[in-house]
Amino acid sequence: MTLARRIIPCLDVRAGRVVKGTRFRDHRDMGDIVELAQRYAASGADELVFYDITASPEGRGVDVGWVERVARSIDIPFCVAGGIRSVATARAVLHAGADKVSVNTPATQRPELVGELAEAFGVQCVVVGVDSLRDEDGQWRIRQFTGSPDATRALEVTTLDWVRRVVDLGAGEVVLNCMGSDGVRDGYDLEQLAAVREVCPVPLVASGGAGAPAHFVDVFREADVDGALAATVFHDGSIPIPALKRTLAQAGVEVRLDASPTPTQEAS
Amino acid sequence: MRVALVDGGGTNIGSVSYALERLGATSRLTADPGDILAADRVILPGVGAAGAGMRRLRELGLVDVLHQVEAPLLGVCLGMQLLFERSAEDGGVETLGLVPGEVRGIPPRPGVRVPHMGWNSLVDLVEDPLLTGIEEGERAYFVHSYAAPSGASTLAATEHGGRWSAVVRSGRRWGAQFHPERSSALGARFLRNFLHEVEG
Repeated sequence: MTLARRIIPCLDVRAGRVVKGTRFRDHRDMGDIVELAQRYAASGADELVFYDITASPEGRGVDVGWVERVARSIDIPFCVAGGIRSVATARAVLHAGADKVSVNTPATQRPELVGELAEAFGVQCVVVGVDSLRDEDGQWRIRQFTGSPDATRALEVTTLDWVRRVVDLGAGEVVLNCMGSDGVRDGYDLEQLAAVREVCPVPLVASGGAGAPAHFVDVFREADVDGALAATVFHDGSIPIPALKRTLAQAGVEVRLDASPTPTQEAS
Repeated sequence: MRVALVDGGGTNIGSVSYALERLGATSRLTADPGDILAADRVILPGVGAAGAGMRRLRELGLVDVLHQVEAPLLGVCLGMQLLFERSAEDGGVETLGLVPGEVRGIPPRPGVRVPHMGWNSLVDLVEDPLLTGIEEGERAYFVHSYAAPSGASTLAATEHGGRWSAVVRSGRRWGAQFHPERSSALGARFLRNFLHEVEG
């Protein structure tokens, strides 16, 4: 196979700025969204995910102004997550230039949304984010409203059944956020990701737990995921993407090494 | 240079025009036959399904217009698939027939995920002005579930559970299965070649 495994930084966006902090409080301003997006694109990120944290809790849709600014300024694909609850919102985001939209809690409330999005835009535009945690009986089950600890609710459906279902409905990609390993920086949840891989014929992206370059090597080798998403280790500079790509290549993982100069140099 | 972006209702139209902007070229999003036939370059972008894509081109009266285009024409992603004669998508669709060949579903199997999504290598490159400065093995960004098997019109292929056309040409019609507007430096080079290396 020659298809490269993808490295995907995730940026939290609030009111058009990139922020850092726990998702709903203590936000620290990290900078201008376009500037950071261009920096990641130039450093060899294969794709970016923007998680709009203004959108979800306040019941608002996504402000497409920043989506368009990002689309104009970078030349790698990007996905917008947060605040997408309808075909109309998704259309506005995709028309503004996003390549994919990602739905999570709204899909758990109304699974038909996944099919409606796939029908309207094609499965290649539809990502389903899955927040998953192991319960005391040993089963992985999904959570909704995970943005706020007080609002988070556990659902009955097991993670494996939910992934099968959303793929049937038209998900073109699944991002599995393993909540048990999220924020701990102790590595991705290889056991869970490998189990989901077994039932997921579409691209699968690992999320939650990256703390060292070896964790990326492990998740591609052991769980056979197509992409690995991370936030903190990229934002704080502890794992520079060019070095990570070299480590992966040396470990025999297929990656894209031909990072390019930024497109802004060509702008007129 | 007048670049016409054919408004076939796809969602990646904005991205293509932004990529042209980054190269210093302006394009006009249009469904007007006069605009399309007067352009120096015509680009048919498109994300979505073949059935809806063809229906829209027919409704707009653009099928004949695209056949009449004499300037270099470039189909991107679904736009490239529509250049072929038929697509297996949506139960089988007759497409524009500007490039010989057919589009099929990529068969999923263990290790071959569908959609084919991500950065894959361009291989088996054939010399062509559109590929000036692009090297064997360079990567481009793909996202699609249907594809044209590599064949006589193929200028570059890519491997994903089979060998598929990544770039095709028939006369003055070219197509890219990948997204040049999202393929970093390679994509910029490719679009610049279409504007400046391909003979007008």
